[in-house]
Amino acid sequence: MNHSQKRKIKETAIEASLLLCALFSVFITLSIVFILSYESFGFFKEVSLKEFFTETRWTPLFAEPKFGILSLVMGTLLTTGIALSVALPLGLLVAVFLSEFAPHKMRELIKPLLELLAAVPTVVYGYFALLFLTPILQRFITDLSGFNALSPGIIMGIMIIPYVSSVSEDAMKAVPMHIREGSYAMGATKLQTAFKVIIPSAFSGIAAAFIIGISRAIGETMVVAIAAGGMPNLTANPLEPVQTLTAYIVQVSLGDVPHGTVEYKTIFAAGITLFFMTLGFNILGFWLRKRMREAY
Amino acid sequence: MEDIKKRIRYNKRWNYLFMIIGLLSTMVGLILLCALMIDLAMDGGPRLSYKFLTSFPSRFPDEAGILSAWVGSFLVLLVTALAAIPLGIAAGIYLEEYGRKNWLTNIIEINIANLAGVPSIVYGLLALGLFVYFLKFGESILTGGLTLALLILPMVIMATREAIRAIPNSIREASYALGATKWQTVQWHIIPYSTGGILTGIIIGLSRAIGETAPIITVGALTFIAFLPTSPLSAEFPFISFKWLMDPFTVMPIQMFNWVSRPQKEFQLNAAAAGIILMVMTLLMNGLAIYIRYRFRKKIKW
Repeated sequence: MNHSQKRKIKETAIEASLLLCALFSVFITLSIVFILSYESFGFFKEVSLKEFFTETRWTPLFAEPKFGILSLVMGTLLTTGIALSVALPLGLLVAVFLSEFAPHKMRELIKPLLELLAAVPTVVYGYFALLFLTPILQRFITDLSGFNALSPGIIMGIMIIPYVSSVSEDAMKAVPMHIREGSYAMGATKLQTAFKVIIPSAFSGIAAAFIIGISRAIGETMVVAIAAGGMPNLTANPLEPVQTLTAYIVQVSLGDVPHGTVEYKTIFAAGITLFFMTLGFNILGFWLRKRMREAY
Repeated sequence: MEDIKKRIRYNKRWNYLFMIIGLLSTMVGLILLCALMIDLAMDGGPRLSYKFLTSFPSRFPDEAGILSAWVGSFLVLLVTALAAIPLGIAAGIYLEEYGRKNWLTNIIEINIANLAGVPSIVYGLLALGLFVYFLKFGESILTGGLTLALLILPMVIMATREAIRAIPNSIREASYALGATKWQTVQWHIIPYSTGGILTGIIIGLSRAIGETAPIITVGALTFIAFLPTSPLSAEFPFISFKWLMDPFTVMPIQMFNWVSRPQKEFQLNAAAAGIILMVMTLLMNGLAIYIRYRFRKKIKW
């Protein structure tokens, strides 16, 4: 075997092993889908889909178990809704400000600081929501219970600001300068340019940013597990305690639930519901971001 | 004329007003971050001591410490780093340098984007089914480390790709022109030039892993561990032992979670103290990442 052949074999072997590493990520997704479906399949053999989607109570650990996922989904939607009503407007304002108004130096300083908001461990946010924000809110809202959806929702909202703002800002920065200059030349102010020209042009990127925020809020676990309470509650009242899909999984995992029982399988049923909720948003977000990249 | 002037004044006033609103919105997050740190420092500061770092958890809040938690966090992070870094860099290199534009690459790309958005607790469920019960690793440090490795893998891959993408094509072409093979180009040019970016991504990924609680709870880390894992160094041959990989463990955020969820005020102060240490570690790692990014950006000029 001559030198060039040896070299070729080595190159091919390296390429093949790198490909294997890249394929490993596909393997992770497949195993997520497989394990979640396998365990939930066992669950749905004992609990009908009809009960799962129409029953209003979720009490798998009671003597007379009820398996209505709606009350957990409602808890997730409620905390997510509160988080988004904080994160989306603030995130968008921050993005417009940093992209169109702030001087370069200020942006360079503020961006990493904002990123820190997403870096703080979520368990620390949970502590803060339960022991700092809730007592403060209770001073203004007297019938707010110690565990509630409002306080963790607000904290989650602030936590996901950087996710929303950084992707929106990238989208706005990607709008070519000549479009901005065209608007200025017509006599528009920076504000008018931002809202009437830049935001519409960067729309798909901003939508992608919103979707990333939504998906983060749905999947967030520790803040709600600590500060929202531990009782499934089919309510839209943010002042009451609620339990989310994620917090339920944590609650069951903390106890000693034997492998293979229906109670054990409930966490996978909750998990697969969660997975599909975020999967839809993730794919939509990926598609929108791709469109944004192709726009100019 | 007067009319137009009035209109300009009006528009300018709104423009000015918005600048203030934008600045305030930006400040909301930062003010909250400051409040959080001050709150933690005031509650937990007095509890911080050498004894707190060197004691095991206890029924008595004054005697409880975080020894088993930080040792656990360190070992879990070690496993995470060893698993995620080589795998992530290799996958990133493949996608940027080798992958052709075909359906396979496309699937891998969509898949990684999706993985980055999968909630961390779902990784915990995966690990529970895969590592704990299927591969029979049990509720061990190995399981915990691998779980977090899966979680940060997409971050490492994306950081690697971004760093590699910033290298201009002329560098690659120069290397090929001298007769280098693809791997030689990657080994001698692509990897060295992208080190800064990759390192930044790795550190940020690890800082996220250190604060991650949910998936570790799912795989069954215990909240009360009053012993240390087997030492990796032993007195007799072969001197290095891997038994610690299979030991039960706890980590910092779980210890903190355990203390937060207790009703007694004293334990919540312990939680704040553990929170301070977690925050300091996270901030140091993020600061280091920002510094490295800054240094490498300055050093390399194409």
